[in-house]
Amino acid sequence: MLDCGLDMTSTLNFLPLPLVQSPRLSKLPGLVLKDGSTFLDKELKECSGHVFVDSVPEFCLPETELLDLSTVDVILISNYHCMMALPYITEYTGFTGTVYATEPTVQIGRLLMEELVNSIERVPKAQSASMWKNKEVQRLLPAPLKDAVEVSMWRKCYTMPEVNAALSKIQLVGYSQKIELFGAVQVTPLSSGYALGSSNWIIQSHYEKVSYVSGSSLLTTHPQPMDQASLKNSDVLILTGLTQIPTANPDGMVGEFCSNLAMTVRNGGNVLVPCYPSGVIYDLLECLYQYIDSAGLSNVPFYFISPVANSSLEFSQIFAEWLCHNKQTKVYLPEPPFPHAELIQTNKLKHYPSIHGDFSNDFKQPCVIFTGHPSLRFGDVVHFMELWGKSSLNTVIFTEPDFSYLDALAPYQPLAMKCVYCPIDTRLNFIQVSKLLKEVQPLHVVCPEQYTQPPPSQSHRTDLMIDCQPPPMSYRRAEVLTLPYKRRYEKIEIMPELADSLVPLEIKPGISLATVSAMLHTKDNKHVLQLPPKPPQPPTSKKRKRVSDDVPECKPLKPLLSGSIPVDQFVQTLEKHGFSDVKVEDTAKGHIVLLQEAETLIQIEEDSTHIICDNDEPLRVPEGRKVKFCCSDAV
Amino acid sequence: MLDVVYCFILIEGQLVTEIPKSSSGHHKDAAEQTPSRLERRFPDFSYITQNGRLTDFLDCVIISHFHLDHCGALPYFSEMVGYDGPIYMTHPTKAICPILLEDYRKITVDKKGETNFFTSQMIKDCMKKVVAVHLHQTVQVDEELEIKAYYAGHVLGAAMFQIKVGCESVVYTGDYNMTPDRHLGAAWIDKCRPDLLITESTYATTIRDSKRCRERDFLKKVHETVERGGKVLIPVFALGRAQELCILLETFWERMNLKAPIYFSTGLTEKANHYYKLFITWTNQKIRKTFVQRNMFEFKHIKAFDRAFADNPGPMVVFATPGMLHAGQSLQIFRKWAGNEKNMVIMPGYCVQGTVGHKILSGQRKLEMEGRQILEVKMQVEYMSFSAHADAKGIMQLIRQAEPRNVLLVHGEAKKMEFLKQKIEQEFHVNCYMPANGETTTIFTNPSIPVDISLGLLKRETAIDAKKPKLMHGTLIMKDNSFRLVSPEQALKELGLAEHQLRFTCRVHIQDPRKEHETVLRVYNHLKGVLKDYSVQHLPDGSITVESILIQATAHLEDQGTKVLLVSWTYQDEELGSYLTSLLKKGLPQSTS
Repeated sequence: MLDCGLDMTSTLNFLPLPLVQSPRLSKLPGLVLKDGSTFLDKELKECSGHVFVDSVPEFCLPETELLDLSTVDVILISNYHCMMALPYITEYTGFTGTVYATEPTVQIGRLLMEELVNSIERVPKAQSASMWKNKEVQRLLPAPLKDAVEVSMWRKCYTMPEVNAALSKIQLVGYSQKIELFGAVQVTPLSSGYALGSSNWIIQSHYEKVSYVSGSSLLTTHPQPMDQASLKNSDVLILTGLTQIPTANPDGMVGEFCSNLAMTVRNGGNVLVPCYPSGVIYDLLECLYQYIDSAGLSNVPFYFISPVANSSLEFSQIFAEWLCHNKQTKVYLPEPPFPHAELIQTNKLKHYPSIHGDFSNDFKQPCVIFTGHPSLRFGDVVHFMELWGKSSLNTVIFTEPDFSYLDALAPYQPLAMKCVYCPIDTRLNFIQVSKLLKEVQPLHVVCPEQYTQPPPSQSHRTDLMIDCQPPPMSYRRAEVLTLPYKRRYEKIEIMPELADSLVPLEIKPGISLATVSAMLHTKDNKHVLQLPPKPPQPPTSKKRKRVSDDVPECKPLKPLLSGSIPVDQFVQTLEKHGFSDVKVEDTAKGHIVLLQEAETLIQIEEDSTHIICDNDEPLRVPEGRKVKFCCSDAV
Repeated sequence: MLDVVYCFILIEGQLVTEIPKSSSGHHKDAAEQTPSRLERRFPDFSYITQNGRLTDFLDCVIISHFHLDHCGALPYFSEMVGYDGPIYMTHPTKAICPILLEDYRKITVDKKGETNFFTSQMIKDCMKKVVAVHLHQTVQVDEELEIKAYYAGHVLGAAMFQIKVGCESVVYTGDYNMTPDRHLGAAWIDKCRPDLLITESTYATTIRDSKRCRERDFLKKVHETVERGGKVLIPVFALGRAQELCILLETFWERMNLKAPIYFSTGLTEKANHYYKLFITWTNQKIRKTFVQRNMFEFKHIKAFDRAFADNPGPMVVFATPGMLHAGQSLQIFRKWAGNEKNMVIMPGYCVQGTVGHKILSGQRKLEMEGRQILEVKMQVEYMSFSAHADAKGIMQLIRQAEPRNVLLVHGEAKKMEFLKQKIEQEFHVNCYMPANGETTTIFTNPSIPVDISLGLLKRETAIDAKKPKLMHGTLIMKDNSFRLVSPEQALKELGLAEHQLRFTCRVHIQDPRKEHETVLRVYNHLKGVLKDYSVQHLPDGSITVESILIQATAHLEDQGTKVLLVSWTYQDEELGSYLTSLLKKGLPQSTS
């Protein structure tokens, strides 16, 4: 299984979870259906023309119906965003395999999960809405609820014990580490340049190579650059996790982010940045570090609020080996690789586990707050949206590309606060994809269907799709795809004793053949050829040529023969072996050799030899051998 | 036989290893240790080549950890002798190594006034040739040679290396530690079954008492001295044991709520702690798990030392460099405190002959210092071994983990190594070598030969019961350097050869007066009875087949009471064919059926 992501856009259909009861949210009117019925008014609320589920947010799981997940042996994780569904899979599907991921992926993935669990668990909600999920009922609802897929499969958030159990099934791996799976294939993670520890995977046997490229970046941010060279010579390259905002340039967005932030603060407003606790935030803090003084923001407090804020900032500093070259060099000095260490030291950046406690004492406005969750449905961001939404002095700046900002804002409407959309998505855009494909030249590209056509909203932009030769094979949800390669060979090992016994024969210049009859041992998908066991010794005394009375046990195959017999030489050989009465007759196709005494007739043709012997069986055996010798080569 | 091209791998200026770069033939290893460092500062690299550039002879250089006896000659080797190929080390080693080299250079050149030594610039240039490797990363040095690092404990960033060419491999351990300590984890390697394991054997015969005991002992001594108002001097090297002992004292001070100050001599050591903080992923599980709440290397009780503090009254504990009391701050403090019997010096590691450390450990109490001054040592002198090498038990454990086919011991005393060698040979039944300096050991390997097998042939053979070994038959095509095992039919087809059919036909005369078809039926029943595991068929045209062997019966032209059986088979069915003819020759059983 490649990755294990959680679709969190489902939460956009739910009402936000405020830490402190919000009078505004609790006063929202219940939904009245077109026919006037109100039986759903406890579950569904209306806000500015949108309908929301008033319940604990639920998530959309990976496809679990298509195949029995207990038969999955291995899950490969490409980055910490792509493992959020792991507890659902490892704890509820009978999965008993191994999960492979890099250390930063696991550590930061744990932080993301911890934050998720924490922000949902700390706001217990008595109500759990399920009536609306009934297919008959769902049909009656307004969009987008009406069109939501597989709502019956949506699940509540997992718990920390489940997270811990899931993470304990992960095997840590390093970049370029070759991991043998059941002796059959080898998997190798490669740096993908997108996030700390993010990986592309190579899945290869001795002859076939499949690359799984997911969430990669060619931009220079904090992670180690993408390893492109190792992707070369792929039979198949599976390409996914491209940028969600192909038209936005990350650098431009960062600039816009900074200027909007500065403007708001200068005007006495507050800035809210809904974000994940790891990833782009490191780059933003680094930009701000350089920007603060020049923009005259030195006295503006920056707050980072998350139950894992401290851990995230600390962890970022200890993964030197997974960082870009510049940051690695800093560690050699030794200095912390990220400048947010200095921001913290100089008290410009403060971090808190939540808005409770120390934060309420330190809180000064105007300020800049980084907090989660980017969906605006749970976490401390909900509190600040309610607090600051009414003033047009304040700004919310969206930097995470995973959620539509308009959908995210919907339950807060009407808003006076300014909203700025600066999505920063460093993953590959289509120009970079074609550059990459030209570079690594896979035989086939496989990708999700939506990458093979322009985005629906910009159907004229034919540059916003994957363009390669041969055209990519596309897949969609629940579709089974056969990868286009044929397996022809496998590796097998010939034991040295057997190798010694082989007799190679040069058939053509530079090409030799050897007949191999050997015992095949197969263990853990590894094949080994050994010397066959010695045939049991025939009963000691008896005449050698007598065939034993036992039924031959196995059928030892004899080599195929090839070549033709030079008759003259053959006759000479026979005479040498004591056949004095050899007569040769020419026929249309070859010769007939007669051995009268032995009552034997040998028909020799270009590609066949027939030995017919009357009654004198013992003679046939040496005869046959001789023929074989003459008859050039056994294959 | 194929040509055997040798590649040389220089491991840390201590060991020269050659392994063949082709997959067949002999496997040769030469190992040598340099002459003792008292005679010569740097190893004699002319062992590798007398004429010609090192770069042409070496594929790569591997440094296992930052201790100077493992990397001290590196700038000399790369910049003064001249080597431009890749040098591999782990990230922490790459970070710390240049600092220790610079320190080494300063002491040797600036303090002792040596010339003909490498310069700061050479250290920088040398480090530019270093390629940092991750643990378990497979580094492809060139087309054939690959290396892989394993965690070795010992010091921050220490690694063992597997060096592999084709299916032959060598593991070089460097220094390692098989038991986790207060700041590092235990060495670990997978069952990689190398042809040769080169292991250090510093503690070849020692099975050390439990770490806990030694730690308790250490704490007790420090505590007692401090309680009676004495001062404790612990000479250490900046990196390694120092951090372990700091953690030990820090937690003890915390628990016992002690107030006496602990100092750490400045400079390198503060920096060193910083390295530990940034490379915390290389420390042991416990430190890694708790580092967010409490970074073990941010010490509350341990403060930076100032020269003036040495004269402060009252108890204190000072960690000072260097570790053998041969120069610098530790020696200065020692001279100040040596006269007071309330004080104590604890030597946590081995001291080289000639150093003050070695003298006081061997019981000398009157030391001649510079200027003919005599220093009387009244303070207590304690020795505690905290150096992290594997002991005999640890070495055996590593061998058990890796399952090597041969073991080679280096870095130890001959007598002790001899004992360990016997033990290894007895327990694991593998060859164990312990070459002297300059001696060459040749080790033969017997590698199996990897070939490509066509999937068609393999599937045909494994279709029935994959688990059971079975006899298979194929043809090996050798072309250029590729080996392919295919079915004989495919081989003929690929080479454009026609099959030559060799067929045998034998006449067997049987006395049977019955009609032909009745004879056939009798033969059929007879064969069916005897050849239970074979497919015996009676065809409509009156002939019988046993597998692909054809049997036809005709009446004898002259003698109607005799039937002639024509048995015909191909060369491929030789065994069965011969068997059938001899079976039939014995006649048919006299049954009525």
